Amino acid sequence: MRKAFLKTAAGNGLLDRRSFLQSGIALSTSFSLGAFAAPVSDLNTAPNSSIAASFPEWMKTPGRADTEYGQPSIYEKQVQRHLQKSAPEASLFSIWHTPIENQRGIITPSGLHFTVNHNGIPDIDPQQHVLMIHGLVDKPLKFDVESLMRYPMVSVIHFLECAGNTATNAVSLSPLDQSAQELSGQMSGSEWAGIPLKYLLKETGLKANAKWVIAEGADGGSHSRSIPLDKLQDDAMVALYQNGERIRPSQGYPMRLFVPGWEGNLNVKWLHRLEVTDQPAYTKDESGLYSDILDDGRIQRFSFHMDVKSLITRPSGKQLLPEKKGFYEISGLAWSGYGKIKQVEVSADGGKTWAPAHLEGPILPKSLTRFTIPWRWNGSETVLLSRATDELGRVQPTRDQWRDQYASYSFNHYNGIQAWHIARDGIVENCYG
Amino acid sequence: MVDRIRLTTLSTESISAVVLMRKSVCTTSLFRTLLLGLFLWGMQSTLLFADGAAEWLMTDLGQPLSKAEIERYEITIFPDGTNLPDGQGAAAQGKVLYQNQCAMCHGKSGIEGPAARLAGSDGWFSFEDPLRVLRIKEYPILLISVGSMWPYATTIFDYIRRAMPHHAPKSLHNDEAYALTAYILYMNDQLEESSTLDKQSILEITMPGKARSVSAKEQITNLVEQP
Repeated sequence: MRKAFLKTAAGNGLLDRRSFLQSGIALSTSFSLGAFAAPVSDLNTAPNSSIAASFPEWMKTPGRADTEYGQPSIYEKQVQRHLQKSAPEASLFSIWHTPIENQRGIITPSGLHFTVNHNGIPDIDPQQHVLMIHGLVDKPLKFDVESLMRYPMVSVIHFLECAGNTATNAVSLSPLDQSAQELSGQMSGSEWAGIPLKYLLKETGLKANAKWVIAEGADGGSHSRSIPLDKLQDDAMVALYQNGERIRPSQGYPMRLFVPGWEGNLNVKWLHRLEVTDQPAYTKDESGLYSDILDDGRIQRFSFHMDVKSLITRPSGKQLLPEKKGFYEISGLAWSGYGKIKQVEVSADGGKTWAPAHLEGPILPKSLTRFTIPWRWNGSETVLLSRATDELGRVQPTRDQWRDQYASYSFNHYNGIQAWHIARDGIVENCYG
Repeated sequence: MVDRIRLTTLSTESISAVVLMRKSVCTTSLFRTLLLGLFLWGMQSTLLFADGAAEWLMTDLGQPLSKAEIERYEITIFPDGTNLPDGQGAAAQGKVLYQNQCAMCHGKSGIEGPAARLAGSDGWFSFEDPLRVLRIKEYPILLISVGSMWPYATTIFDYIRRAMPHHAPKSLHNDEAYALTAYILYMNDQLEESSTLDKQSILEITMPGKARSVSAKEQITNLVEQP
């Protein structure tokens, strides 16, 4: 280890991101060598022996056949979505969280994408599904799935986040010992492909007084939301594909509305009807559950954007730093519903000093952005923080700054800085900084 | 015989109308390649371009949607009463329906949960609630009450008719949906138990949540319109 090459970036061991490459530091020296750690023998060279003894079982037998649809390794079975305990599946209002601390890069596997279902998941026969567009249009039209598949499509990489993500930290008086998944796993990143909605609205034509669109799903509860037409004309799409395959039932098969950067609830799954209007409908979710209660008791409606936010996913809640005074790569995710991430700063001393983290490419608008920074932990108790800034200059607030705007029980659109407490024994725990 | 997959890409006859847009919204090289491909394909049948370059080929495969079809599906009720059906129901009738079909999820008096609270201005984490700690532990996503937050009574009718009861959505008659709406308004002191609700009288209700409402829409409109 050539310590002379380590360049400090901020207090308490944050290092310049090039430190790893330049110094050649080993992350750890204590990891197990497993099967390859067998003592060197001379068996390989003896005339009456095979080389088998040197190798693990899986190098001495033919592998198994593959399957039609691949699954993760049997050794990764613990990487699963987490059902929020407060929303039992039996109630059909279910909230499944993505294991974001297990993810690298900016794409969440489709099967691990978070999902919130207000009335269960319908199994829709695509041959019987129709998308209707009517209301303040010149020509009311319907589109079957087969026709929609013939349209030119675009593909985009975006995050999707539930308005209620990280609600626990917004309202819980004391920090709960939860993982990144449990706290902030109602957020995922995917490549979505489909038809820009403006293509279809061009086809129907729009009346001069058209201002809103009521989007409705074909689920049991006919989930519906009112969305400003200008946003839908800007960058919304009827999404048919997610991560290279047709959208899964829990994401809206055969099609969903995708509204980049805006709260998940507007991204209506199982989309079957778009009613163009001059007024919002004040649907169930925009009447209560997805509103913000301001500090003076007023109810703020139609706050659609998911604001600039970040969190360190490694190390994060319920994890353990295995080696005292070891080198670790801090890694996390940042995103903003307003555009691209411009900067993520990390603090390893509870906010006294900050260093800019390295942003991994691609840095895309309204997409997850991966950040990393090397850290040498000195083994003492500390708090890790990350703070994101987007291209509009919006800065992630502290928890206190966020809570100052809202009533104590308002929980939507929380984007406060996530603090992880590091204990001397290496235990990482959610804290309030 | 081999079953052939029905091709779902563009065929020449499907490019029946071509709309040329001066501004390409998608600038990725992938999409340009796709456009070029479409352009070359289009040349085989109908060559359409302006100023020497077709930037956008518009497919138009939508089928006309008839008035009858629209009426069958347009179930959204607006605050001004648009789409409210005929029919009527009394709060007293609603009470019976409620006990049979709703109380098991919303609680006997609309405040117990576990599903969304329907009544009361105490909302979510009421400090007067003797079971507050238990509720937060057991049901931290109990919803903010209808009586406290919802700005329009039309939404109650809309949601009951489209989504309730949870195990059999869309099964209630219009009269029953009016009766249940009336009962929820009665729970919130907005109607007498003897009152009847119909598409006229529902518009006379002023929900407590309306006066407290403020919209963030103006801010977001300005942001969206930025170049």
